[in-house]
Amino acid sequence: MSLSCLTSSNAVRGTAWCAAGVSHAPDGPVPGEARPRAARRTVRRAWLAAAAAMVMLAACGKKEDTPAASSAPGAAASPAASASAPLQVAFAYVGPVGDGGWSFAHDNARKAVEKEFGDRIKTTFVEKVPEGGDAEHVFRDLVQQGNTLVFGTTFGYMEPMLKVAADSPHVKFEHATGYKQSANMRTYDSRTYEGAYLAGVVAGAMTKSNRLGVVGSIPIPEVIRNINSFALGARSTNPKATVTVVWVNEWFNPPQETNAAQTLINAGADVLMQNTDSSAVLQTAEKNGKYAFGWDSDMSSYGPKAHLASAVVNWAPYYSASIKAVLDGTWSAGPGKHSWWGVKEGAIDLVALNDVVPAEVKARVEKVKAGLKDGSFVIWKGPVVGQDGQVMLAKDQVADDNFLQGLKSYVQGVEGQAPSGK
Amino acid sequence: MDAWALLLAATLNAGTLVALAALGLLINERAGVVNLGAEGMMLMAAIAGFAATAYSGSDVVGLLAGMGAGALMALALGWLVVMLNTNQYATGLALSLFGAGCSAFVGQGYTQVTLGPRPSYAVPGLSELPWIGPALFRQHPLVYLTVALAAALTWWLTRSRAGLVLRAVGESPEAAHALGYPVRRIRLLAVVAGGALCGLAGAYCSVVYTPLWVEGMIAGKGWIALALTSFATWRPARVLLGAYLFGGVTMLQFHLQGQGVQVASQFLSMLPYLATILVLVLISRNESFIRANMPASLGKPFHPGS
Repeated sequence: MSLSCLTSSNAVRGTAWCAAGVSHAPDGPVPGEARPRAARRTVRRAWLAAAAAMVMLAACGKKEDTPAASSAPGAAASPAASASAPLQVAFAYVGPVGDGGWSFAHDNARKAVEKEFGDRIKTTFVEKVPEGGDAEHVFRDLVQQGNTLVFGTTFGYMEPMLKVAADSPHVKFEHATGYKQSANMRTYDSRTYEGAYLAGVVAGAMTKSNRLGVVGSIPIPEVIRNINSFALGARSTNPKATVTVVWVNEWFNPPQETNAAQTLINAGADVLMQNTDSSAVLQTAEKNGKYAFGWDSDMSSYGPKAHLASAVVNWAPYYSASIKAVLDGTWSAGPGKHSWWGVKEGAIDLVALNDVVPAEVKARVEKVKAGLKDGSFVIWKGPVVGQDGQVMLAKDQVADDNFLQGLKSYVQGVEGQAPSGK
Repeated sequence: MDAWALLLAATLNAGTLVALAALGLLINERAGVVNLGAEGMMLMAAIAGFAATAYSGSDVVGLLAGMGAGALMALALGWLVVMLNTNQYATGLALSLFGAGCSAFVGQGYTQVTLGPRPSYAVPGLSELPWIGPALFRQHPLVYLTVALAAALTWWLTRSRAGLVLRAVGESPEAAHALGYPVRRIRLLAVVAGGALCGLAGAYCSVVYTPLWVEGMIAGKGWIALALTSFATWRPARVLLGAYLFGGVTMLQFHLQGQGVQVASQFLSMLPYLATILVLVLISRNESFIRANMPASLGKPFHPGS
């Protein structure tokens, strides 16, 4: 967008050219460009774009095809399974697998199921697939390559996946964090807010200033729910704790995440939490001698002193169940087929608690986890009071999933106004 | 009061990142070469600097490695656009894309690596002053060096013979050529010097500012630096001011959110760009002023002997 500040016609043309060069090989001069004098330069430019495209493809279009023989511990044991062609499973990620957060967690689960199923499956992944129209090509391509189970791991793939699913009835689609299903597409999600609550329990106990900070990504219900749950957890151990939120309006922008974290620390927060995808917030806390959490993946190595714990998402149980269902022929989809897994199913956990966290706080975390597992503890159970003092959940009222999925305003203890509220 | 001091400190820090790259691009453009590869150069420098610091344990080694990587990328750009006269825009963009992809490829193994404990910096004595100390004197040395660099660059461009030659090459390469100056060599040197500064900015980002490596971590700062050079009408002091303005508004919007100001955060996120565009438009109102400052041969290839 800053490029448009330089709006010289050349720059704009240059952009168009390179874009064309990356998606398809340039197949001749663009119509508007075919002036004789420019022809020679055009050829050279096309060549450059093509060269760039090739380098780009070589550099980042890596698709990992599992060498079946090398990663199949049970290959010899199950000759029957290896006789039939392996199930081809594909994953599309929005970020780079090296983001250390969201996409990294999905890819870890992919590796886990690969290990679990050995040569009965063959996995492929495509990373950095942008949300929206371009994703459709990627999904069509994955179907074309013979994949029969396709996982799309971000909200923005919803419409493209629905479209491709309608055209490919023989392929099974699984869409993370979405809410639309079809005959061969179902949705799944994890209760990340349970991890946020567990982190809150620790944060409330560890804060000295009673000010907690959250770096928010994009103000959608999922994120607001996490912030609220973090506040509920914190106030369960420290009723005086308040939560300040700073939004960066992006999932992944390390310098901006750093800026936001620094601002929160400057404003007096001494324990930070984030819903963004990198480890920048944790590292900023480390630099400033404050505390923070890891999110989505175990981030303890990024800030050994600052890291209190990591609220991790483990997608492996769901992926394993889904693949197993396909192999067994019991996989089914359709309207309303949505799985929302949490601590109970092993999809959410708070791991790698720092040694500075007192034993009684650790015990409390374990107790909450155990309660979530056996159903004796519910996070969203009344009384829950909203930020404006109005009752959100009356005493002993338990929130259902619809309530949780539609959360748009903050609970008491969170400062500022939720951007999507009112 | 203290919060504002910290805001000022954060502004200087954030501005330095953009200013360093923009000053590098200014050198390029004053010599008549547009460098659209800045983003890619910064990314390559970020991974080179991060890797070097991870191995050596020294920030200085990392920053130098970043400068080296930036210079090397710039050498490739310079060789293509100055020696082979390829189109500057297309080549720069290609290099930017290449840098983004290549840095991600090279950096695969570094996403989980962490640098050792980060040192904190303070100017002895001055940093203890109330308000002014935390606001101004607890920065990384590069923050001060960037200010010195802008001052030195102003002097060099306007008061030194070498600076005059550089500007001549950017204004009228034919005239400079006729006077016997090696236009292509000067342009190549300018491109490499500018690339080294972009590299320094990239390494500053991954070693000092956000001490980690993740793909695409420069997140558009290279493009902002590019826009800033024209917004600053190719003058170092204005580049510095513009960078601080951008950094300041960026930090201010977080600061306001942290203070609980009831403005949509989406609007606040837009502010840095809005402010920069606004100033750009205000400056562009005076067309002759821009024309007087813009290097006349910016983006035009030069063939000696044609």
